[in-house]
Amino acid sequence: MTIKKPSDIPSSEITPKSTYLTRRKFIAGAAAAGAALAGGFYLRDHLDTATTVHAEGQKLSGIVKSKLSTSETPTSFKDITNYNNYYEFSTDKYEPNGLSKNFRTRPWTVAIDGMVKKPKKLDIDAIMKLAPLEERIYRHRCVEGWSMVIPWVGFPLSALIKAADPLPSAKFVAFQTVLAPDQMPNQKRSGVLDWPYVEGLRMDEAMHPLAIMAVGLYDEVLPNVDGAPLRLVVPWKYGFKGIKAIVKISFTDSMPPTTWNKMAPDEYGFYSNVNPQKDHPRWSQASERRIGEFRKRPTLMFNGYADQVASLYSGMDLQKNY
Amino acid sequence: MKPLPEKFIRALKAPVFLLCLGPAFVLTWKGFHDGLGANPIDVITRTTGRWTLTFLLITISITPVRKLSGLTWLIRFRRMLGLFAFFYGSLHLMTYVWLDKFFDVHAMLHDIAKRRFITAGMTAWFLMLPLAITSTKGWIRRMGGKRWQKLHRLIYFSAAAGVVHFIWLVKADLRRPLTYGAVLATLLSYRLITWLVSRIRARRAMATQQTARA
Repeated sequence: MTIKKPSDIPSSEITPKSTYLTRRKFIAGAAAAGAALAGGFYLRDHLDTATTVHAEGQKLSGIVKSKLSTSETPTSFKDITNYNNYYEFSTDKYEPNGLSKNFRTRPWTVAIDGMVKKPKKLDIDAIMKLAPLEERIYRHRCVEGWSMVIPWVGFPLSALIKAADPLPSAKFVAFQTVLAPDQMPNQKRSGVLDWPYVEGLRMDEAMHPLAIMAVGLYDEVLPNVDGAPLRLVVPWKYGFKGIKAIVKISFTDSMPPTTWNKMAPDEYGFYSNVNPQKDHPRWSQASERRIGEFRKRPTLMFNGYADQVASLYSGMDLQKNY
Repeated sequence: MKPLPEKFIRALKAPVFLLCLGPAFVLTWKGFHDGLGANPIDVITRTTGRWTLTFLLITISITPVRKLSGLTWLIRFRRMLGLFAFFYGSLHLMTYVWLDKFFDVHAMLHDIAKRRFITAGMTAWFLMLPLAITSTKGWIRRMGGKRWQKLHRLIYFSAAAGVVHFIWLVKADLRRPLTYGAVLATLLSYRLITWLVSRIRARRAMATQQTARA
């Protein structure tokens, strides 16, 4: 974007010294300066919308419904986009929306590497055509104890993995968020989290039909604040597993590091499955506040997806493997 | 500096009182105008918590500011400010008891025992309680100034527990709690330094007395 700020009006133009004492001329001058300023601002705002490509807000077409969607009432678009954690922008849940407004999501490529037949780079627009886009209305449970119902638009992660063509020896998938400190203010600071944000899944988790790559929300292109242009959604895990603004997907045979686990290993495990019986060391996970509701509701095992995913963890001690 | 006339101090009390009510007023207003965002209870909890700590620190800073600036009349506002810390602290606690736990005593006791940030927060509130109760003139008289003052040093422990409560509940990024911590540390070190200086002075005075006698 190459938009110049309206040139500053020299103070002498606003209150020219020679006419300083002439009331009428002064008023005229002030009016002119005011008009110029207003015009400048109008032009700037106007040019801004005219020259910036706002992928955000564009309707996505050809979306098919999914049987995996919940019938619960989705949380409002306003709440979904104004209350979430995106630590790259801010540790405050209300701030990322404004701070991510000008985040650039084009051009965007995702690197595929590690244990794959052939490392490659995929363009986001090609990724969005890998599989038919589906609406997936999922429950979303944050580790902090609040929850939402979110109508994502995306496609199964398994489709992307198939396109990546991993080797049989690959046992885990690792994801990485973009490192863009010029656009993400908190990436310039130390003491927040280790940047870039990294996440991972076991291969069988990643191949599960419930795990999706989201590119949209409420039938529109994914808003920047929710992780545009590409984010992971794993509805039976705590929200922080859903890594945003992905630029790299790697395949490995060993458990990859994950950001929150590095930050506090006793609080956030690799699996981080929603589990009301396993308390976070500092707070209970037994209940949650659904955004928009007054009373708390009990948290369900695997966030209510136990029937579909419990078998992935059979024989595992979930108190230890949290 | 000239002391402020009594009339002026009295006239100032009402606006200061209203100003202190400001945060509660704004919160209520926003609550009735859909201004508290997606998670109103979270906003109420955080706002009341932050103002509790803020008022505690303002109250503690009265003495240093008064001594450094010579504005002796500030002391006349200390009780009000301290009681506002208790007011916001009690709102904060009520938010937890009512809106978070819905008066579930069992769950709360479990929380207090198990969650260290809740333990610290409860400690901070309970340390304020005797200070609020004994804030009247009658209690100062009954206890005697010295003992009353000693008891009211609990405010330092309450503020410290409050800062610890804040540090322990944060997931990452300790900037905000540590800012409160830094202010508290500065205020505490001021008190410590003045106390040490006064002790040294007293000792010197005693020494000169003794040498004079010898």
